[in-house]
Amino acid sequence: MNTLALTAANMGIGGSGIAAVLGYVVVFFGLVLLMCVVILLGKALAGTNKKAAAPAPAGAAAPAAPAAPAAPPAPGSAGEVKLFDVPDKEAAMIMAIVADKMGKPLNELRFKSIKEVK
Amino acid sequence: MDILQTLSKLATESGFAGFFAAGGWKNLIMIALACVLLYLGIGKKFEPLLLVGIAFGVLLTNIPGAGLYHMGMWDAYVYECPYDAVNDYALYNGTEERGYTQEEYYYYVFARACGHTTEEIEAYFDTLAEKGGDINADTQALAGSANLDQDVVTAIDSKLKAELSFTDIIHLGGLLDILYIGVKAGVYPCLIFIGVGAMTDFGPLIARPSSMLMGAAAQMGVFFAFFGACLLGFAGNVAASIGIIGGADGPTAIYLTTKLAPAFLGPIAIAAYSYMALIPMIQKPLMRALTTEKERKVKMEQARNVSKVEKIVFPIAVSTFVILLIPSTAPLIGCLMFGNLLKETGVTERLSDTAQNALMNIVTLFLGISVGATTVAARFLSLQTLMIVVLGVIAFMFSTIGGLLMGKIMYKVSGGRINPLIGSAGVSAVPMAARVSQDVGREANPNNFLLMHAMGPNVAGVIGSAIAAGFLLAVFG
Repeated sequence: MNTLALTAANMGIGGSGIAAVLGYVVVFFGLVLLMCVVILLGKALAGTNKKAAAPAPAGAAAPAAPAAPAAPPAPGSAGEVKLFDVPDKEAAMIMAIVADKMGKPLNELRFKSIKEVK
Repeated sequence: MDILQTLSKLATESGFAGFFAAGGWKNLIMIALACVLLYLGIGKKFEPLLLVGIAFGVLLTNIPGAGLYHMGMWDAYVYECPYDAVNDYALYNGTEERGYTQEEYYYYVFARACGHTTEEIEAYFDTLAEKGGDINADTQALAGSANLDQDVVTAIDSKLKAELSFTDIIHLGGLLDILYIGVKAGVYPCLIFIGVGAMTDFGPLIARPSSMLMGAAAQMGVFFAFFGACLLGFAGNVAASIGIIGGADGPTAIYLTTKLAPAFLGPIAIAAYSYMALIPMIQKPLMRALTTEKERKVKMEQARNVSKVEKIVFPIAVSTFVILLIPSTAPLIGCLMFGNLLKETGVTERLSDTAQNALMNIVTLFLGISVGATTVAARFLSLQTLMIVVLGVIAFMFSTIGGLLMGKIMYKVSGGRINPLIGSAGVSAVPMAARVSQDVGREANPNNFLLMHAMGPNVAGVIGSAIAAGFLLAVFG
């Protein structure tokens, strides 16, 4: 145990209070800075995002079947799917089957709507 | 062969005899506790992957005479003092039932080296107890006696005063001592973090970086419990280890406690994992109490898409930046982000798969049983353990409150577009805390899907608790 640790081990109420507040501030400071880094990273890579998003409309236009998934991947959610004459359970089943057939996790797919073709 | 003597020897050397030795009843209590923990893990499915291992470690280490784990040896290693082997029941196979003091042990070793029998030494101790005397002077006389080579004296003396190394522990220790080296060296928690990184999708956090604020706010419990522990008289390093329970991150809690207060590893690890399993019970009442119905009903907008390149750059940028900021976070953040990079690159699928499954399972197995082994009855059954259990739940509660309060602030600032319930997911129990946000959100609005929104603060909490641990390590390590 080094000298600093010994000092800390014997800290009083005031000292421990200061250490607690300082620690909380450091965590905030670290994560706020990290937030800024991630925001800057996102902006710097915005070009890449646009390029990646560009082929999406073409891909989305291709499938005619309403149950087919759209091309651009969702950021980790099935999205807000609109259901037309399809019960929740069947919709969930359809989404699971599509994900399975495509070999992709469900949270990387975005379903816009599911409609029964009569 | 004297059958009676043999049977008597077998009886006195059996583990059952240990229950009747001084303090043996404590082992019985610990074995009962191990059974309770096993029930919680198996029957109630409370974090079974770790709790079952920990509970079995508790069971094994408290069976008298098993000799799988030696607390005295690790004390000697940690506190850099000579290892008083005679006081360790298992190492001497229980032949020295009375247990020697350090001075008596010194005398014993030199007397044995001079050729005296154990009976003669015992007789000397009895005389000393009745009539008094100077044991140190007698030890010196033994050490300097003509029959003993000076080199032997030096060798014995240096052995007694030597600090134990991992090599000594491998030679002298039991199976769980050897497995525990992985905990003490900080290897297991870091390997677990590689697996956690490989299983974590940081996409929601990248899509909504403001989630970091909730992850930071939810570390409130860490520092609140730290302060509370200081008020209760715990030394700073122990208080820091207790506080990190509020980070709701098992590997981080184990890593920090191993570095700062290894004697408290057992109760802290058990408290951390038990409360993580109890998160729904701890968090839901607080979430309902601190948010309004209107706030809970808020449906959040879909976050933006995150490209593959962003996901690949994220672990590289985060590990570089955070380690530069607080270097002591390097083992935890480095391993977490390395695991995540394996997942996101798309070219290291085999490694990612190994980290997520085989490696994670093997390390979890070793970690659980060796952490459980540290719960030696003589140390675990104390008022301090009770205090740790209480402080642990307080830490969890205040971490939840911190995250929720930040969630409420962000709800106001965003004009009601952020559901404050996702703030409570800032405690880093992944993905349990996010699931709780989802559950409470759906109670208020059945069409509300908060899970992926809550994953942002949730994974931010992992980084936040690692930074908190790094800070505490820098101050008290």
